[in-house]
Amino acid sequence: MTTNDFVQIGFFLVILLLLVKPLGGYMANVFSDTPNRVTRFGGGVERLIYRLCGIRQDEDMGWKRYALALLIFNILGLLVVYALQRLQQWLPLNPQHFPAVTPDSALNTAISFASNTNWQGYGGESTMSYLTQMLGLAVQNFLSAATGIAVLIAIIRGFSRRSAQGLGNFWVDMTRSTLYVLMPLSLLLTMLLVSQGVVQNFKSYVDVPVVQTTTVSEPVLDASGAAVKDKAGNPVMKPTDVSTQTLPMGPAASQIAIKQLGTNGGGFFNVNSAHPYENPTPFSNFLELLSILLIPAALCYTFGELVKDKRQGWALLAVMLVIFVPLLIACTSAEQAGNPAFNVLHVDQTASALQAGGNMEGKETRFGIVNSTLWATATTAASNGSVNAMHDSFTPLGGLIPMWLMQLGEVIFGGVGCGLYGMLAFAVVAVFIAGLMVGRTPEYLGKKIEAYEMKMASLAVLLPCALVVIGTAIAVTVPAGFAGVANPGAHGFSEMLYALSSASNNNGSAFGGLTVNTPFWNVLLGICMFLARFPLIIAMLAMGGALAAKRHVPNSAGTLPTHTPLFVTLLACVVIVIGALTFLPALALGPIAEYLMSVH
Amino acid sequence: MGKLLRQSIMMLLLMTVITGVAYPLVATGLAQVIFPGQANGSLIVKDGKPIGSTLIGQSFTDARYFWGRPSATTPNPNNAASSSGSNTGPTNPALVDAVKQRIDALHAVDPTNNAPVPVDLVTASASGLDPEISPAAAQYQVARVAQARKLSASQVQALVSEYTSGRTLGILGEPRVNVLKLNLALDAPQHGS
Repeated sequence: MTTNDFVQIGFFLVILLLLVKPLGGYMANVFSDTPNRVTRFGGGVERLIYRLCGIRQDEDMGWKRYALALLIFNILGLLVVYALQRLQQWLPLNPQHFPAVTPDSALNTAISFASNTNWQGYGGESTMSYLTQMLGLAVQNFLSAATGIAVLIAIIRGFSRRSAQGLGNFWVDMTRSTLYVLMPLSLLLTMLLVSQGVVQNFKSYVDVPVVQTTTVSEPVLDASGAAVKDKAGNPVMKPTDVSTQTLPMGPAASQIAIKQLGTNGGGFFNVNSAHPYENPTPFSNFLELLSILLIPAALCYTFGELVKDKRQGWALLAVMLVIFVPLLIACTSAEQAGNPAFNVLHVDQTASALQAGGNMEGKETRFGIVNSTLWATATTAASNGSVNAMHDSFTPLGGLIPMWLMQLGEVIFGGVGCGLYGMLAFAVVAVFIAGLMVGRTPEYLGKKIEAYEMKMASLAVLLPCALVVIGTAIAVTVPAGFAGVANPGAHGFSEMLYALSSASNNNGSAFGGLTVNTPFWNVLLGICMFLARFPLIIAMLAMGGALAAKRHVPNSAGTLPTHTPLFVTLLACVVIVIGALTFLPALALGPIAEYLMSVH
Repeated sequence: MGKLLRQSIMMLLLMTVITGVAYPLVATGLAQVIFPGQANGSLIVKDGKPIGSTLIGQSFTDARYFWGRPSATTPNPNNAASSSGSNTGPTNPALVDAVKQRIDALHAVDPTNNAPVPVDLVTASASGLDPEISPAAAQYQVARVAQARKLSASQVQALVSEYTSGRTLGILGEPRVNVLKLNLALDAPQHGS
């Protein structure tokens, strides 16, 4: 790694940490039960929304009603996204006249965006109309993120309330997340991104003449569109002149802003934030990168403030950083070292003042190595899933890191809201293990952790693990599964393992070589995304409901403090041990096997 | 249940209006007023017609032009209507073959150049549309372009320096050279053809 690699990483982490307290404190105000400046400022719009929907703002929902409102709202949103894709050829704002999306792809995409995964089996600029992108995908970018924050706030109330029945009001939490947090940040980010060159318009694609006409050979097609073959069975090729280039357009910036802030990750264009129209400059890259981790990191502070012990929030943030930073450095060194296969070819991979060097296959010049690995680790630590480099072309160990970060359960920052409630599930498991060691009933934040809470927390921790392992097992045993593999050998297995890890943890990034827009993959990954999102939310809300009903237990000499370096270490170990034990065998067959082959 | 369903429908409708209609329209309005050039694709306009975008790379195979990053888009390289990386894995033999072919193509137009080839000049970019190359990749091509255009190396070198950007704030990103802008400058009348 070069000095500049460390400077860029340090600069990013410092700015991120400086923003945690101001944004976290602001969000604590947004979600506090007592009226304050923030909620008074937007109170008019808020009350109008509630009145039009017939919602009583002061209704305190029990966990079951909270979960039911959430499910109905999200499944309705899912159906709307499905319908928009199936009907887009008859709807307005479709200047490229894209046909209806196929049923399996539309279902996969609808689940994907409603579950905050934003896995994309399709290419945006060649599939979705502007209307589908705006009314379907962009809306779910907001609402799935707002849903995640709402669930987190409800669970925090479970810890902070005493002998209470309710966890708050889903409609209020969701509306406030959208209006006070996601919307203003998105609008600000949109304008900053447009200033850098991200497109924001409703124009048709622009044809331009190219400076040098080049020639490519294309297969000759017959009247039915099938390739004509010669006597030997090879396709007949003819030279074709390429004299124009079609530049894609569209309202990209506004969608990119929320896809980054809401840890959604679904790109406007096929290659996501590697596309120069989505991420044109190092500064736009910095802003988008910051937006991936901004809200998940700040929510740790919000949590501390809402449970009235800020040290608890800082401790969880410390756990995330303790795991994130070493993995980031490992990934960067692997990519900066380059591809050993190129050494014999007289290719210069050494970093210098004139080039980033390293493994540049699937990376953009303006980002070089460190901005590509910083993004790859941030986007998989958080359940964002957007990419600015092609993870499939990473070196074996460089690609192992993003895959394992997802397999850790998306709790290192994680998705907005869902990352932190996932981490709270791990914290409950950690205090339980500590309790076993000393033989006391475990407590967390003044609440006794008993069998019911443990069951729910374990379910939340183990469900995504099971989905990854079982899903991968199905994919490798069915011809339709490995039919889509693009690369030979161990790397092909990695592509499938990565896809299942991504879908089952609601991440959405991919080893893009795998052909996933097939009925088998669309359905399998659709099921994983759905099960990883909604049953997990129900389990966590059930835990929150049970905790809210409990009395507060005052701290005693035997209570394990949960803000100390000791607890930070314990919790980090629990996260790593569960992730390592579950996935080491599978990783050994994929990236580790590939690494061993590449050095011999 | 019925009440929650009614509330859900209304809420989804209102949120769609706010986040799906008002938000992108307000954003587009502001963007078109404050940053019209950037919001419309950073187009390079000549005689009133767009002839390319500073952000989207084009294909160059002629010795007289600087070449950009290899592109894996289909059916032709630098197809902006269908962005794509190669997604070739690091140990895939196809990757080594592709790199060999690209090195051979560079050597074919520049047989006397024995310098090691900068890695970004022979590896496919992530987007297939990368508009830029590293300064090292530009240096590798200066002598060839100068010879093909019967210019002095220092004239070409001066243009390369003009179209090179450093790190933002001296920290962010990587130094790079915009290939399309550089080639358009080479084609400009004062540098001959």
